[in-house]
Amino acid sequence: MSNKAKAAASVDDEVELVDSSDSEILGEREIGDAELQSIIEALIFVADEPINPKTIADVVKVDREAVDKAIAALVNDYDGGNGGLQLREIAGGWQIATRAEFHEHVRAYLKSKPSAKLSLASLETLAVIAYRQPVTVPEILEIRGVQSPSAIKTLLDKRLIVAKGRKETVGRPMMYGTSKEFLIQFGLKDLSELPSIEDFQDLAGGLEP
Amino acid sequence: MDDNRQTTASEPADGANDATPTISVVGAQPSIAPGDDGDQLQVTLGEFEGPLDLLLYLIRQEQVNIYDIPIARITDEYLRYLQLMKELDLTVAGDFLVMAAQLIELKSRMLLPRDPLATEEEIEDPRNELVNRLLEHEKFKAAAQMLWSRATVEQAVFTRAEIETDKNNPEVAVGLFDLLSVFQEILARHKEEVMMEIEREEITMAEMIERLRNMVRSAGELNVLRFFEQAKSRRELVVAFLSVLELVRLSEISLRQRETFGEITATAVTPA
Repeated sequence: MSNKAKAAASVDDEVELVDSSDSEILGEREIGDAELQSIIEALIFVADEPINPKTIADVVKVDREAVDKAIAALVNDYDGGNGGLQLREIAGGWQIATRAEFHEHVRAYLKSKPSAKLSLASLETLAVIAYRQPVTVPEILEIRGVQSPSAIKTLLDKRLIVAKGRKETVGRPMMYGTSKEFLIQFGLKDLSELPSIEDFQDLAGGLEP
Repeated sequence: MDDNRQTTASEPADGANDATPTISVVGAQPSIAPGDDGDQLQVTLGEFEGPLDLLLYLIRQEQVNIYDIPIARITDEYLRYLQLMKELDLTVAGDFLVMAAQLIELKSRMLLPRDPLATEEEIEDPRNELVNRLLEHEKFKAAAQMLWSRATVEQAVFTRAEIETDKNNPEVAVGLFDLLSVFQEILARHKEEVMMEIEREEITMAEMIERLRNMVRSAGELNVLRFFEQAKSRRELVVAFLSVLELVRLSEISLRQRETFGEITATAVTPA
């Protein structure tokens, strides 16, 4: 290699170095709207659990508002397109998932069957806990009319409910509430997305002949 | 439906209701099916998860107004079902007895004459508490249905499979100390292996018996002491001794000692 070439190479290196350091400094401020959307999509894709906007803002180092705006635009893209995926808000975070209408094909590929559902007893117990939380075992008994120890154990095992401390009353019974896993498994943004329990009044009133 | 329930309940031949989903809107049929071990009968009491469920069922069955329940009639019906259930499944019936007592109490309270001096507002219908409980229970049953359908929809939605990261990859997640402890375990196991000596079985009982039989048969008479002397180990000696006893027991040989402390000889017993 001639001296000239060496010199040229070293100059090039220097130029590149200057360039890259420059862009790094500018980079934090200069993520464009479109790029931010793409980055966020990538993050939501790799996240094991629904990822919340605050985490995204911290990782990408942009403010929360920009994240919210980008997510809204992304949701728009997903909803408008004819893709097989959906972007949805679950348990206070965002998640990319397949669209329900393609479940047959997805299941055929995964060779999976719908997993065992909860028993009626467990579901009823879960409903009482979801609407009356934090709630104790005697309170659940009062509403259900039957003991539900195995249902509570099942729900705890499946991590759908968690202990929420003890109630300061006779016997200091344990109180239970629903978990984040509950929101994820039932596809809920948060507890407020559950229909009001009073909405079921009509159904109950339907007992009148 | 009423008749159906009864016939199903009294016919043990009825098969398991395996086609019934875990949750059903209309109500699962009660059924009796043989248990896993074959000895037990498994009794499914349909959707009657508890006394409130049974009461709601009866109210619907009798087509009465939930806000104006004919307590006497419903109580009789309830007790009739309880009787049937008692015959089938005692543990379930236990839960239902409290409600039976409450119903009977309610029935008697309904028979009491009202306080003639009390105003309209003061007279509280004794059934109110029960009605409220039933309505509350019904609401949560509906909520359970809602959760069930949500879960069903949710099962049709898939997220991507877990990505392998250092955190969830056990191959990478091993530290130096994990490695050391595993190594130590292997060392310990090795030590144990060296210490454990498994004795090889030199000769089996059957072989020894055969040997003794042959020796007695070919020589006609055998000095038992000689036979024992052939044993190469303590264990073999024990086996030899046992085989002598065994052949004596089977009356294949007989032992004879001609004088006190003399030699003992074994002779073949000729079958009579």
